[in-house]
Amino acid sequence: MQTKRTVFPNRVLPYALLLPQLAVTAVFFFWPAGQAVWQSFLREDAFGFRTTFVGLENYARLLADPTYLNALSVTAVFATSTAALSLLLALVLAVAVDRLVKTAGVYTTLLLWPYAVAPAVAGILWWFLFNPTIGLLPYLMDMVGYRWNHSLNKTDAMILVILAASWKQVSYNFLFFLAGLQSIPASLREAAAIDGAGPVKRFFTITLPLLSPTSFFLLVVNIVYAMFDTFPIIDATTEGGPAQSTNVLVYKVYVDGFVGLNLGSSAAQSVVLMAVVIALTVIQFRFVERRVAY
Amino acid sequence: MAYRNIVAGLVAAAAMAGTSTAALAVTEIAWWHAMGGELGAKLEEIVAGYNASQGDYKVVPVYKGNYAETMTAAIAAFRAGEQPHIVQVFEVGTGTMMAAKGAIYPVYQLMADAGEPFEPKDYLPAVVGYYTDTDGNMLSMPFNSSTPVLYYNKDVFAKAGLDPETPPKTWEELEQFSAKIMDSGAAKCGFTTGWISWVQLENFSAWHNQPIGTLENGFGGLKTELTVNGPAQVKHWTNLKKWQDAGVFQYGGPVGGNDAPPKFYAQECAMYMNSSASRAGVVANAKDFQVGMGMLPYYADVDGAPQNSIIGGATLWVLQGKADAEYKGVANFFSYLSSAEVQAAWHQATGYLPITQAAYDLSKSQGFYEKNPGADVSIEQITFKAPTANSKGLRFGSYVQIRTIIDEEFEQLLSGAKTAQQALDDLVKRGNVLIREFEKANEG
Repeated sequence: MQTKRTVFPNRVLPYALLLPQLAVTAVFFFWPAGQAVWQSFLREDAFGFRTTFVGLENYARLLADPTYLNALSVTAVFATSTAALSLLLALVLAVAVDRLVKTAGVYTTLLLWPYAVAPAVAGILWWFLFNPTIGLLPYLMDMVGYRWNHSLNKTDAMILVILAASWKQVSYNFLFFLAGLQSIPASLREAAAIDGAGPVKRFFTITLPLLSPTSFFLLVVNIVYAMFDTFPIIDATTEGGPAQSTNVLVYKVYVDGFVGLNLGSSAAQSVVLMAVVIALTVIQFRFVERRVAY
Repeated sequence: MAYRNIVAGLVAAAAMAGTSTAALAVTEIAWWHAMGGELGAKLEEIVAGYNASQGDYKVVPVYKGNYAETMTAAIAAFRAGEQPHIVQVFEVGTGTMMAAKGAIYPVYQLMADAGEPFEPKDYLPAVVGYYTDTDGNMLSMPFNSSTPVLYYNKDVFAKAGLDPETPPKTWEELEQFSAKIMDSGAAKCGFTTGWISWVQLENFSAWHNQPIGTLENGFGGLKTELTVNGPAQVKHWTNLKKWQDAGVFQYGGPVGGNDAPPKFYAQECAMYMNSSASRAGVVANAKDFQVGMGMLPYYADVDGAPQNSIIGGATLWVLQGKADAEYKGVANFFSYLSSAEVQAAWHQATGYLPITQAAYDLSKSQGFYEKNPGADVSIEQITFKAPTANSKGLRFGSYVQIRTIIDEEFEQLLSGAKTAQQALDDLVKRGNVLIREFEKANEG
């Protein structure tokens, strides 16, 4: 029987090799995270002259704040939709490219381009396309009878940020899906084909299960992306508006902390956000990973 | 070999850098500002003028992004002990800055300590009032103050059969003019506006002599509460919703309202309310039509209207923690900055108000207003009557965030989710929560 545990003959070396990573984690994660937790118990004026320990008051205030509860539900809608849309779209594209043999390189390159675009630039791009006053798409939509206005219509605004955020992430997902698809031995699919399984059946019974490790990894990455990295996109397209309808948690942390200078509340929000993402990741590894066959 | 040469070069460069700073011995003064683009270029020109005028001090302007970014950057820098000498803070940040007693070096005190002449009476009353504490001391240095005005398209007015020299005086007239413009097909929409919070609520209230908050709009202390849900404001917001539904008014977006100027430039909307400091931009962008300027409209049935409008823009705050010699330079620079010549040039190039009476008189004697009709509308409007408790300005804690709430509630109104009364009531409720929180954090 093989054990998973590896035994190193040298007692110091393993720790020494781990040390740089631990140091980085401590300096760039544990320290700031600890500071955020500490600050979330304080009430401070902007310049830091008067600091009062208020215990859990910042948290209590958050939970009683309708705009915060709104941000929670907005984040749920936004993160699920963005992850679902970008995963689905990437899978479709990857399957399509995987079938091609000669031109795959060209398509792969083209599909990867959006990932090289900085999020803020992507945001501006989508803002331009959909701008109700000067944008191209609202003009076209107006011709078919839809009055697009994301600066007033909450649904339009949500659709806009989801599209912009997904568009950025599709490339990344696509790359992983394509690699996953190409690592599936063709012989498996050929055998199934000989047995009489059609393309749809082959996809759902062979390709998709064999892609499950990739899909699981991407699911985690995408949720984290939607919750943290979409800040520049929101900032450039809607700034959380109209009327807070696209104000996701991470953007609210920024607005309250950096614009509003309400540091205690902002710190409390960061701590909650951190807890939410840790909880989500744990749930994913505990429950979703069980269905993953490596 | 190459490596040695590089090292030798670096040593030489370091030695030279050392000697050159020692030889010049000028005191550097850092000024963080939020003036980008054309305004930034003009500001640098002013600073270059000062640096060339004397040899003791060198003012170094640093562009730090928009107003909110500049202010937060300065506060973060102060907490880290790396603050600049001078920081430009927008008018809604005044409450936060004033509450930070240990962080700011009040301008009246700075000028007295440095022995520079400083007479608050020289400044326009609307400007002085905004930045003076309850004891009558001026805390920051006025620099770029503006006030919203009405821009209108003279060509569209003529096409619609209106007199191109007569802008609407009242909101009733504005409604009639808009109907005429839209019916005649001269333009698709009547009017749009930048800065909903500043133009259609704060200035609207002051212009109609309605209180924005208790305790003299917050000048009297931290225990203030918002009062912008009065009948006049409710009536106006109800109308804005009605006009937006009829297409008379088009919303230009939150905060500054980025979508508003293109609507006016493209001649889609015939009228446009925004800062007097937009004048240069408006004139430059109105390529195919003549621009007229007028005062903000008012409701004729509101008692005391029109009163006077209030300012926006920013002032210069001096931060604590530097050497006395450096503060002498700051004071000296302020004297230069507020001289009639510099202020008149700044006013004429940008559309900001001439902050001193002398700069205004100088612009007059230079014939600026004859060459640029309408450029004095802003001054007339802000000095229309002596400021009352309702119209000298506003000062609330966390007002940057309250501005966001105003935008949000306005969007709720326009999307039909709330009536004007509900939106303004909710605005007051939410704003008061922030003011209470600010009060707690700053009471000590």
